[in-house]
Amino acid sequence: MSTFRLPPNSRVRRDGKVYKAASDARKVRTFRIYRFDPDSGENPRLDTYEVDMGACGPMVLDALIKIKNEVDSTLTFRRSCREGICGSCAMNIDGLNTLACTKACDDIKGDVAIYPLPHMPVVKDLVPDLTQFYAQYAAVKPWLQTRTPAPPDRERLQSKAEQEKIDRPSACILCACCSTSCPSYWWNSDRYLGPAALLSAYRWIVDSRDEATGERLDELEDPFRLYRCHTIMNCTEACPKDLNPAKTIAEIKKLLAERQH
Amino acid sequence: MSDYTFIDHTYDVVVVGAGGAGLRATLGLAEAGLSTVCITKVFPTRSHTVAAQGGISAALGNMGEDDWRFHFYDTIKGSDWLGDQDAIEFMCKEAPAAVIELEHYGVPFSRTEDGRIYQRPFGGMTTHFGKGIAQRTAAAADRTGHAMLHALYQQSIRHNAEFHVEYFAIDLIMENGECRGVVALDLATGRLHRYRAHAVILATGGYGRAYFTCTSAHTCTGDGGGMALRAGLPLQDMEFVQFHPTGIYGAGCLITEGVRGEGGFLTNSKGERFMERYAPNAKDLASRDVVSRSMTIEVREGRGVGEHRDQIHLHLEHLGPEVIHERLPGIADTARIFAGVDVTKEPIPVQPTVHYNMGGIPCNYHGEVVTVKNGDPDTIVPGLFAAGEAACVSVHGANRLGSNSLLDIVIFGREAARHIATLVKPGERHRALPKDAGDFAVARLDRLRNAKGSRPTAEIRREMQRIMQADAAVFRTETSLREGCGKLAKTFASFADVRISDRSLVWNTDLIETLELENLLGQAVATINAAENRKESRGAHAREDFPERNDAEWMKHTLIRVDSAGRTTIDYRKVHLDTLTRDVETVPPKARVY
Repeated sequence: MSTFRLPPNSRVRRDGKVYKAASDARKVRTFRIYRFDPDSGENPRLDTYEVDMGACGPMVLDALIKIKNEVDSTLTFRRSCREGICGSCAMNIDGLNTLACTKACDDIKGDVAIYPLPHMPVVKDLVPDLTQFYAQYAAVKPWLQTRTPAPPDRERLQSKAEQEKIDRPSACILCACCSTSCPSYWWNSDRYLGPAALLSAYRWIVDSRDEATGERLDELEDPFRLYRCHTIMNCTEACPKDLNPAKTIAEIKKLLAERQH
Repeated sequence: MSDYTFIDHTYDVVVVGAGGAGLRATLGLAEAGLSTVCITKVFPTRSHTVAAQGGISAALGNMGEDDWRFHFYDTIKGSDWLGDQDAIEFMCKEAPAAVIELEHYGVPFSRTEDGRIYQRPFGGMTTHFGKGIAQRTAAAADRTGHAMLHALYQQSIRHNAEFHVEYFAIDLIMENGECRGVVALDLATGRLHRYRAHAVILATGGYGRAYFTCTSAHTCTGDGGGMALRAGLPLQDMEFVQFHPTGIYGAGCLITEGVRGEGGFLTNSKGERFMERYAPNAKDLASRDVVSRSMTIEVREGRGVGEHRDQIHLHLEHLGPEVIHERLPGIADTARIFAGVDVTKEPIPVQPTVHYNMGGIPCNYHGEVVTVKNGDPDTIVPGLFAAGEAACVSVHGANRLGSNSLLDIVIFGREAARHIATLVKPGERHRALPKDAGDFAVARLDRLRNAKGSRPTAEIRREMQRIMQADAAVFRTETSLREGCGKLAKTFASFADVRISDRSLVWNTDLIETLELENLLGQAVATINAAENRKESRGAHAREDFPERNDAEWMKHTLIRVDSAGRTTIDYRKVHLDTLTRDVETVPPKARVY
């Protein structure tokens, strides 16, 4: 029997704390942020923070940092590079998974709702547990596999056209925005690898230097690992790096189909 | 954490940090069969190596004539003769093999027409000892650091290397001047872990966040340097802080030097390519310190652009959409997001921005940390190693050349591992740790976790960053440095009055930021005091009151200690002018003109 409500201990209380902006604030935006303190034993709640955007950087991450610095230093989230390359600050903002550091507050209408990446165990506030996501990445053996020894004193050659095939797929930052936006991944994340891991698998399948293409495809030929992708396309919609995991998954399916003929 | 009991571990080697240097070391140690754990405060691919853009230097000669001796010369000249020539020889000679190794790991390098690794020109990189422009910087579009870091992590998974992810290293375990291990906090549980090891490698990166505006990530807080200072060890050449010429105005995000390598250039408010006046030969591809100073002079003399006339324009619109799309796609995104600029149509507003710390934990080219003892400034600290930006080998001297840092991390990460493998046998017996091992770290943690003072962490941090930004800038004078030292001493002292609000156990980032701030404060004090002390101009350290380089008195490394009260003591180390082998000759100091 399917359950369509969150379990009782995960339901979000709406009676969180409210932090008002200072009376002289010029341009106030309201941020409603998911809070969960594992030590307290209490249900998660939504806290409301009014932020003076006149004295704040343009991005959602700037607002989060301003809140942490000036209002409530217990607010907990991951962040590092602040320029969209490390993938730390992935979260659900205004209903979409994205990076807080490259999402401009001005691109959001009304109050800004911020939740952790959906359908992941929450460690604290906006910090999800990504252990399984990383394990799935490792499961596709994301490294160059060859039988032919490398030339001893020079690089393996690769044409520009061959390099072009891996150029975009290798730009993934492992932020998990795609996988955690996928309903199929929500339902079957124990067995479906999810778009990020499959994008990575594809990156090695099409690398002209890699010699384990067959084995890689064998590993994916499975009703769950690959074929739980139902072309919902949320992954591509979510990717903050404008990559197209959905297309690469379709390409893998095509390669498998071609192999049968 | 409530009772502060330790979870104890014993490894042959512990690596702290999982950026390029930490991962390359971890990989080498795993290959050598040494039991190794890499502890890291962020998941490995989130380390700041990921943000390196332009490339990694190596005299592969894929684009034309090149020789590692040219690279050697350029690096010494770039260092303004403060780099150790033995270490520089080692790095430049090993560079081609290291880059080829990365390609064999699967790094998706951009390619030439004949399928080889693509290389682009970079600042200060020449052929024939300054005569021609070298194309030496191997690139994966404009995300070379990302490509390398991911490949190194992938290789680490392949070798089943062990990681303790989201563990924050608090302090070293020292016994009679020897490093015996390290104490770390597991963020997910709040439990303390005590590691015993024959060797600890600090690969913790730089401390860019000591400044208000920097290209560095929020996590660049110099945790290794902070631990070294608290262990009573000196740091070296801390006055040398690199300002990258092209940080996006305001936001500080990096715009790679590769833009200028591909033909981009800077202009002032008159639309003039002013670098032609300051560096007639190299122009926009002069060394970073030279370009940053030139930009600062332009702004100061009223030729800046923008509302406050304090910006400079970086043009790449003339390169055409194809080149931008193929070689600089990330820059186009970054400029659009953070400056609202379409780079195919308009220039990017930029300003010199803190980018890299040439200084760090002093070590030799094997990565062995050294200190001054009984007058010998090359005394090895047993059991302690450093690599990458955290270290000062010193290959960068007073100014690092662009694309030499990605090289530095793989060369010296690898060499530290290789050298440790000659010193430690797998499974070698460990002596018992002293009874009080780790107590120092616990006391510090306990004090900060319960800190109930009057100054929030963010307030002290902001004050430190403002002082550093104002008084330890591109140009420095005695007055501002003195004033900065005084103000910073007060800020340092006020840390005793710090307040944190989060008392929880799990993922207490209020506590982590406070531990990081303490690391930053020590290094900020070291930086500004070392800068006050050095009465000459060399590389990135430009003193308006001492505008010339003074080799007779100052061709020496600064070693600076900062005690728990913020008091500094200064020693010196000789610059190694002798090369490692006879393959190349010492480059004697001469005037540095680009």
